[in-house]
Amino acid sequence: RDFNERCAQCSEVNWGLTDGGRFYCRSCHNVTERTREVVNTDFITNSRVQTISKRLKKEGKNDGGCEWYICEGFQLVLKKQVEALEALGVCPQMKDEILCNFWRCYLQKSKQAYCKRPAGETVKALSVCESSTDVDSDPERPSLLHLLSLSESEGDLQTDCSFASSVSKVSESTSVYSGSVDGSLYLMKNQKEKLRMTMPMTLSFCYLALLWVREPITLSELLRFVVEGHIPYMNVFQHFPEKMKLCGLDLKIFCVESWPLYEEVFNKMHELAAFLDLPRFPDITESCFLHPDMLCMKYLMEANLPDELHNWTCRVVKKIGIGEVDFLTLMPGNKSTRKVKYDVLAAAVIVVVLKLLFLLDDHYEWLLSEFAEERNKNNTEVCMFYSGGPYFEFRKWYEVVKHSLDVEQKKLDEEKAKYLWRCEKPLFYSVKNKSKVLKRRQMVVNLQNQFGKLSGSVQRAEKPNPSSFQLSWSEENTDGSCFHGHSLKGVLQEKCGLLTTMNPDYWLCTVKLCNEKLCGHLAHYREVEFPQSYHFVLGLFSFLLRIQPSYIHDEVCMIEHRLFNKKLCKKLKYNTVLRK
Amino acid sequence: SSNEYKLNFKKSKEACLSYIQDALLQKQWKRAAEFLTCYVESLEKDYSREHIGPSEMIWRIGTEILWHHSQSRMKEFNCFMEQMKTLGVKRYLKVCLEHVFHLLCNGQIDEAYQNLSLAESWRFGEQTAIQDKEIKLIQAYRGLLDYCSWSKQKKILLEHGEDGFADLAVEQEMHGYFRKAAVNLKEIIKIPGVWDVFVKCYVDLLEFYGEHNEARQVLNEYAYNSKFPANPNAHVYLYQFLKRQGESKKSLISALKILHDIVPSHELMIDFNTMLQKSKKRKKRQLGLEVIFAALDYAGWKENAKAWSCLARQVKQIVISEKHLDWIKQEWNSRKDWWPDFHFSRYLAKRNWQENKSLSYEKALVAGILLGKDCKYFKYVSHQGCKTRVKRFRMLKKFVTRHNPVYLRISG
Repeated sequence: RDFNERCAQCSEVNWGLTDGGRFYCRSCHNVTERTREVVNTDFITNSRVQTISKRLKKEGKNDGGCEWYICEGFQLVLKKQVEALEALGVCPQMKDEILCNFWRCYLQKSKQAYCKRPAGETVKALSVCESSTDVDSDPERPSLLHLLSLSESEGDLQTDCSFASSVSKVSESTSVYSGSVDGSLYLMKNQKEKLRMTMPMTLSFCYLALLWVREPITLSELLRFVVEGHIPYMNVFQHFPEKMKLCGLDLKIFCVESWPLYEEVFNKMHELAAFLDLPRFPDITESCFLHPDMLCMKYLMEANLPDELHNWTCRVVKKIGIGEVDFLTLMPGNKSTRKVKYDVLAAAVIVVVLKLLFLLDDHYEWLLSEFAEERNKNNTEVCMFYSGGPYFEFRKWYEVVKHSLDVEQKKLDEEKAKYLWRCEKPLFYSVKNKSKVLKRRQMVVNLQNQFGKLSGSVQRAEKPNPSSFQLSWSEENTDGSCFHGHSLKGVLQEKCGLLTTMNPDYWLCTVKLCNEKLCGHLAHYREVEFPQSYHFVLGLFSFLLRIQPSYIHDEVCMIEHRLFNKKLCKKLKYNTVLRK
Repeated sequence: SSNEYKLNFKKSKEACLSYIQDALLQKQWKRAAEFLTCYVESLEKDYSREHIGPSEMIWRIGTEILWHHSQSRMKEFNCFMEQMKTLGVKRYLKVCLEHVFHLLCNGQIDEAYQNLSLAESWRFGEQTAIQDKEIKLIQAYRGLLDYCSWSKQKKILLEHGEDGFADLAVEQEMHGYFRKAAVNLKEIIKIPGVWDVFVKCYVDLLEFYGEHNEARQVLNEYAYNSKFPANPNAHVYLYQFLKRQGESKKSLISALKILHDIVPSHELMIDFNTMLQKSKKRKKRQLGLEVIFAALDYAGWKENAKAWSCLARQVKQIVISEKHLDWIKQEWNSRKDWWPDFHFSRYLAKRNWQENKSLSYEKALVAGILLGKDCKYFKYVSHQGCKTRVKRFRMLKKFVTRHNPVYLRISG
């Protein structure tokens, strides 16, 4: 929002957004008639965000560079990301209205823009052209090593030390802390209060916006698209304009060398939502993609499981109330409700349903499978056609899915090993090692060419088109490798007019839940302590969602405890097998 | 913590390396090249704390791939090596040396020589002093190539000599090479190490120019200086030299004694035993028996007819003289539990008979003496032998039968 008008009542420039989309002054709560739509939306094209200080274009002195602030850099990153999302089919409102408003709000709250500079804070800028012959003499200046250690991005200590020492030995006028104006200040800021921006956080912003618009994309999918290269993340800075010179501490901020973890982005997203003081998000209802019923359908298809299982997932969802609007919708800042991971939740529901039907104790499911196999052998095709598909055989399903999973996992592992982290744009800490860096880069390119030719006909394949499904199964395959239409007859029975499972037992993943706040998890998953079938199923969803099995395990524990809540309260301490 | 699972640069490159390793072990050069292409960007990151950095990895792996890959040419190989030389000052000379080895393997002797000269003249501040050993090696190999040139000239000279031509130019060149080679070879063998090829060449030079004392000194140093690692070849060279010089049996025997101690299974043990058997000194003859028994302990000697004939001869001689049966007893004591299965099984009897009659003859004699005429081996061979009506087998049977009681005394 370029809404820089002074408030009529108090003359401050400190605007917030009401639920109705009107601007209100935060200082005096004066509500205006101005609404969002009126606001100038060519914010994005104009990179001049700052209204606090005049930017001087010092052409010539810095070989064409200009002064730029870290948040401008992040803004460019976000711009690129949201454009990529648009290309993937996300609605354009996300970019122009939602994300940029969130961003502006963030800038204002963190006092990087749209506000009066708090008294006493001066920007201790160390830009490229500044001479710093008195680097060591200023005692208030934080040591460079200290700044480097504050950064969240990883780096090798050796490089940091050599960089630090090369800078402190300055006698010439070109010492470089950062290409940006406030690089060093940025790293120094007190993190707790102001929620310092980081690269992983850009994804949190994206997801926050996606959630607001209720786009049919889960966080795990978003992160997967990032890794697959459909959404810029790793080397976005190479798209910064020429005059925004990136060096020194900027590298610590913008050059990440690891893929962000789901947990990381997820937690930051909630922190951000609270920080921005956002109101309750739009409702997640049953028709919404993120609703467990919908996601379960999707994951059941992807896991090649019978469609009939969907009835059961819906039943579980209903019974434990995780399909309720209030449970699913995000309320920023509300500490009492559990933060919902829609994708993990849906996967966990499926796991629980599988446990309900097949027990998954490395014994019963194979028995049921043999039983089904017998039935299938005896039935003719005509019989099957009329009775709705063959009996679902766990063993066959396991073999088919395991095979595909292994193939895909192997491909994925090789991809990870072949990943190219560097890009064309050279990175150097200081002007001093620029030539060394360029020489190295040249050598790397030469070697890549030389050995690339010897790699044979294996060319680096074109980036695959982004797809929502990683595993797909077609009913048209005659080899019977698609299980969608199979029937659960063999594992169900009728009792008192109700369809119930033949399996009378259930085992809990854990008897007592941990305190999440203390150790970060509800339970602790160790492969050896659980049946192989359970591990396999966790592994399947772990692959699909690209997260550690323990996260799914946590959700499974949570669901189980809700499901069997009453029984748990009554039961004896050491009995972990329940009768349903 | 969840950070363990974070996929970062370091982990990705570690995984990449293990794929390269697998590919190399399975000789899948294309696949190795594919992954190496992805690995090379590690050069842009600082690994100075690691034991082996990416530049060394890339040098070694790249060398292997380029050497074995079917589509790789020498030109590319050389180009690659030149690049590797620039990657690390501390490794410069090592890379040069390895490059030279590859050139030699490819028969490019002149290029190898040029590279060696170039490397020799390299100077880089304090690195020159630190890499002193590498320089010496380079000089030594240059000396070796000089020796090769000398050899060639010598050959030409000898051929001309036969025709009656005295080719001064060739002779001058030859002497020139000698001087260059000798200087460098002499230097390297001063440093404790295993320098077989240098020693051999140097000694060859010295012998040609009549410097026998110097040669003897060099070989003695090489064999007996405790600072040098134990090296059986040193003793072999010394022995061969002494033999060429026509030295006394005494010195020859003393040269081989240490070899027997270090490598009882060495092929020269036959010569050794032969010398010892003929000695007038009792102790030497007993040593001879020890030596031949020790050699036959090794699987590689099982079918060595010559060795068996040595043993047979000595055993026969002892039995006939009826003196020193205790020697045999002593040697047989530690072997009687396993030699019968190892050497004298019925299966071996059959096989030896089929494949090598002389071998079976000699073995049968030994078996008959040590195990008696009723042992499996002797019975089979002698039976077969007598069937063929070959005279010596009949003699053998008579001999063993006559001396049968001996085995009782031996095995008792």
